Amino acid sequence: MKKMNPTTKYNMITYAVVIVAYILVAALGAAGHISSLMEGLLVPLCIYVILAVSLNLVVGILGELSLGHAGFMCVGAFAGSFFSMCTKEAMPGGLRFFLALVIGAVTAALFGILIGIPVLRLRGDYLAIVTLAFGEIIKNLMNVLYIGRDESGFHFSMKDSVALGLSPEGKTILNGPQGITGTPHDASFTIGVLLILLTLFIILNLIHSRDGRAIMAIRDNLIAAESVGIHVTRYKLMAFTLSASLAGVAGVLYAHNLSTLTALPKNFGYNMSIMILVFVVLGGIGNIRGSVISAVVLTLLPELLRGLSDYRMLIYAVVLIAMMLFNWSPKAVEFRERYSWKRLLHLPSGSGQSTGK
Amino acid sequence: MSLLSYLINGISLGSVYAIIALGYTMVYGIAKMLNFAHGDVIMVGGYVVFIMTSGMGLPPVLAVLVSMLVCTVLGMVIERVAYKPLRMAASPLAVLITAIGVSYLLQNLALLLFGANTKSFKSVVTIPPLVLAEGQLTISGETIVTIIACIVIMAGLTLFIKKTRAGQAMLAVSEDKGAAQLMGINVNGTIALTFAIGSALAAVAGVLLCSTYPSLSPYTGAMPGIKAFVAAVFGGIGSIPGAMIGGILLGIIEILGKAYISSQMADAIVFAVLIVVLLVKPTGILGKEIQEKV
Amino acid sequence: MKRFLSIAVASAMVAAALTGCGGGASDSTAPAEGTENGSTAPAEGDSAAAADGAVFKIGGIGPVTGAAAIYGQAVKNAAQLAVDEINAAGGINGVPIEFNFQDDEHDAEKAVNAYNTLKDWDMQVLLGTVTSTPCTAVVEKTHEDNMFHLTPSGSAVESIQYDNAFRVCFSDPNQGTASAQYIGENGLATKVAVIYNSSDVYSSGIYQTFAAEAGNQGLEIVSAEAFTADSNTDFSVQLQKAKDAGAELVFLPIYYTEASIILGQADKMGYKPQFFGCDGLDGLLTVEDFDTALAEGVMLLTPFAADAEDELTQNFVKAYQDAFGDVPNQFAADAYDGIYAIKAAIEKAGVTPDMSASDICDALKVSMTEISIDGLTGLGMTWGADGEPNKEPKAVKITNGAYAAM
Repeated sequence: MKKMNPTTKYNMITYAVVIVAYILVAALGAAGHISSLMEGLLVPLCIYVILAVSLNLVVGILGELSLGHAGFMCVGAFAGSFFSMCTKEAMPGGLRFFLALVIGAVTAALFGILIGIPVLRLRGDYLAIVTLAFGEIIKNLMNVLYIGRDESGFHFSMKDSVALGLSPEGKTILNGPQGITGTPHDASFTIGVLLILLTLFIILNLIHSRDGRAIMAIRDNLIAAESVGIHVTRYKLMAFTLSASLAGVAGVLYAHNLSTLTALPKNFGYNMSIMILVFVVLGGIGNIRGSVISAVVLTLLPELLRGLSDYRMLIYAVVLIAMMLFNWSPKAVEFRERYSWKRLLHLPSGSGQSTGK
Repeated sequence: MSLLSYLINGISLGSVYAIIALGYTMVYGIAKMLNFAHGDVIMVGGYVVFIMTSGMGLPPVLAVLVSMLVCTVLGMVIERVAYKPLRMAASPLAVLITAIGVSYLLQNLALLLFGANTKSFKSVVTIPPLVLAEGQLTISGETIVTIIACIVIMAGLTLFIKKTRAGQAMLAVSEDKGAAQLMGINVNGTIALTFAIGSALAAVAGVLLCSTYPSLSPYTGAMPGIKAFVAAVFGGIGSIPGAMIGGILLGIIEILGKAYISSQMADAIVFAVLIVVLLVKPTGILGKEIQEKV
Repeated sequence: MKRFLSIAVASAMVAAALTGCGGGASDSTAPAEGTENGSTAPAEGDSAAAADGAVFKIGGIGPVTGAAAIYGQAVKNAAQLAVDEINAAGGINGVPIEFNFQDDEHDAEKAVNAYNTLKDWDMQVLLGTVTSTPCTAVVEKTHEDNMFHLTPSGSAVESIQYDNAFRVCFSDPNQGTASAQYIGENGLATKVAVIYNSSDVYSSGIYQTFAAEAGNQGLEIVSAEAFTADSNTDFSVQLQKAKDAGAELVFLPIYYTEASIILGQADKMGYKPQFFGCDGLDGLLTVEDFDTALAEGVMLLTPFAADAEDELTQNFVKAYQDAFGDVPNQFAADAYDGIYAIKAAIEKAGVTPDMSASDICDALKVSMTEISIDGLTGLGMTWGADGEPNKEPKAVKITNGAYAAM
């Protein structure tokens, strides 16, 4: 370990954390020591980890605030789910789900490019509000879209399902606000973990590549980056699109975990985008491993607080504020530095990676 | 005739957005933070007035004053406990997330204290509606009061900032915190004052929002809060007249979009217009261009 | 450092979660095996008073926080009320009920989490979920586990698509068709406007079937305007369009919270058509401080009216008000009937609390179709094998601030 390059070491530890967690949970599951609640939470945990890690690419590495991440998840979810519904009978489960993931990722990436081109010209809070706007537009459009299929092909409508004019054998696949019902349950914890590893692999490799350094140079100083010949728009768009397509993958996973898919404010609205941002900021902006951990902690927290019944969400809010203050306030940071374990044990501090601020 | 009536409805809705956006934009201008909890302070203001008028039978004017007082204290407490410790944090996003936490906290507190049931809010406005064109057009008393309140608040804030020492201090803090401190300005005091004024305005906004659209629940403030945020950005965030213009334009666009394009896609239309405006003028209608220096 | 602490906190939480579940899992087998000798009484349960310590564990799911909290809280309260009544009267066949209600925030994913929590608690019968989308997600799980599932108010068709699922309320298509038929047969209007919530499954579901049936009844839909959950404060455009189109009747397949604003705005505009709604409008008169004069003349098809004269309703409303301070709405009534329907089905099937959830389900899905109960939402309610209730919607008209039968 001593000779290993610190970057590789950091990456290996990150992968190891995920793999060890997987083996632990799988072993407990096999031994029957895992509750139904935990079992049901495993796939959502994977989804939120992927979302948090992919948003961290935009917020932490590219340094732009995006409040529309749930919109890309929504696109991926609907595209993947729509594909699965069309090919439900025609294809075996494994291949179908793989293709659904690819389609979800590609569709979300296309939206990422489409939205990224105009949006990335803006800066700071204006960029944030425009991504929020795009997210809301996507959610709204999903709610007015009706698609059905009969023997003569696909029918589209923006009005209602009656306007589709389907023949009696036809079936409405996407039914406006009622969304898609009956998506096959293809998602599993193993696939989820594989996708997390893939996401981590893509993003960690990007960060430490030439492209990644260019992206971080743009974050740290746009004008300086431009002056040394970095193609700013290209790199910004690259990070934004990659992040969108990974969110699309998470969306496909989401759609194939529940039998019903509707674009409600709760699951694809700005609230969800903000929730993912909370994971990123709490885990440390630019800190990929932190995103993984905080996504897990914050998804489990409200479920573990169920015993408090009526006070559950109140306590959740208090804990969130307290964690933020503890993690971010300069006073608390100073306090932690002074009484940190490593310092008390006289170990040299400052190991690991310092990515972003 | 129907176009005129849509326009009036748009202004009516827009004036409510505008009055919320004023508080938003003011806090943003000085503290440089998106206060996501602003919408929920509005909701608290609404509940205070509801309890005082409906529960205790007090006169509306007194209720509004008490509500302003409660919200002022609430705003200052939130600032002191949740925002101030993070002012010097490494990332400005930290305080944004805490604001979201405060927003959840206020909503769930209200849910526990007042229950989930929607309350019907009795309007505090007693001015009769203005009827024009032989009854074809009506401008409600609430709209008249909201617009007047908007203009008064806008003028008052502008005067306050231009003419008083505290206002000048705010301007200085918003320009450069460090330099302001060196000039002997009490930065913490000034920011606390900003939150106090912003929250008092939220109380007024809450009363007028609930009077115009008479329903009150723990989530009443959330969506108008976001819309007002959009309005503030629309007008150029940090600009006080911009908030008013942005709010009213947003209201008109929302109503006309619903009326002439599609009522199902009203939200999408509003946001699409916002995007177009920001792409043409990246800092909003009245926003200041910031030149970046190397 | 931060990272280190985060990991520490995280691992502590995960450990807590796992051990918590471990504990739950070992608990879960105990009562099923141990009820015979009565050695293991459930940990939480003041109601577990029966001699052998056995209880029926009924779970409930619905939104008690978030924007839909109003519906979930009504169900939670009313179901608890029914459970307390049954327990005070000696339980089901002498066995008390233990009731556990979990929050789903009106979200499909959270609803599945809530369901799994209840499963860890050894739920035997599920009363839920309150709203349609989460219900459609949960029914998939109850079907897999063969858990008896009765939803008080999940009205979408897919919400009860399997044979283990039943509902107390009417389905959306049923309400849309019934409304169109009622308007057509009674000649209330020919020109109809609709204002519906296009972001809501319930509302858009009713609208679609209403629109399909309207033609058959000779009704002309002159304006159909939507609103969404994100823009539900201003309805002036929708009303103006209805007015301009000359609609004599405005159909409101929406919930009463929005309807109270619509009625106020119509009044301000001086627009006075006939308003007609479904069961979602029930509760309008109980909105605190609502000017009931605005609702004068509004008609609605609802199975429940909080000021009905019959003894059952009056007792229920009084008990609910004493306990929770509010007048119960239609969701509360559905939940109350739901608990009594479960009781009747359990009595009919003769199941005992030591049976597994799956065996109970097999017995109940047969007995459910054989029972008939007189509830708050209908007299002589019966259920078909498809899970739909057979009961008559009552058409009521609001006169002098109260419901009057039509």
